[in-house]
Amino acid sequence: MSLTLVALIILSVLTAGMIFTFIRLLRGPSLPDRIVALDLLVTLLIGVIATYAILNDQSAFLDVAIILALVSFLGTVAFAYYIERRV
Amino acid sequence: MAREVLVDVLMVGGAVFMFLASLGILRMPDLYTRMSATSKAATLGSGLVMLAAAVYFNEFSITVRVLAIIVFLLLTVPVAAHMIARAAYFDGVPLWEGTVMDELRGHYSRVDHRLESEVVPSTEAVVPEGEEGDDFTA
Repeated sequence: MSLTLVALIILSVLTAGMIFTFIRLLRGPSLPDRIVALDLLVTLLIGVIATYAILNDQSAFLDVAIILALVSFLGTVAFAYYIERRV
Repeated sequence: MAREVLVDVLMVGGAVFMFLASLGILRMPDLYTRMSATSKAATLGSGLVMLAAAVYFNEFSITVRVLAIIVFLLLTVPVAAHMIARAAYFDGVPLWEGTVMDELRGHYSRVDHRLESEVVPSTEAVVPEGEEGDDFTA
């Protein structure tokens, strides 16, 4: 029961962090700022998924975290190539 | 019982570090300090939360999966951060106006993006000055 409470509090804290990151994504002055914000958003989402898996006692959700980590890295590398070629 | 306490501690620690990372990306003055805040703190935070999941489920297959994710994050996050910072430096993203020194200034060849040990004179304009860094003073 107390684990449920802790998990719910952590989910709300991570949601506040995602809102902060989204503000940076909206008003980041340059394109790399927005890419870093997207990257951090996905990392926070991995934390949310792990907490949600603990909250619901469902270990299958952790597979989504693996896929998200992979896709986020590929997307960041692609964006970095794009910025460097654009100059 | 002790396992539950360990899960709580790991989860709370991870959430604190991830929250600090998001606070850093919101409040830091320029791109490079923002990346310094996020890439380290967010990696540690998500690693701690994944470890909490491994301790909570206490199965071999899930522990292996979690360790694979953590190792993958530890390998890829520094590479991605380095690639973005390098591309942003070529792109001319300004440094914070309170920056003490920029050791890379003039050392990158603008044409082929190679790092030279002596100053290349044609690259003086790589880092322009601007007030983009403190857009959050209001």
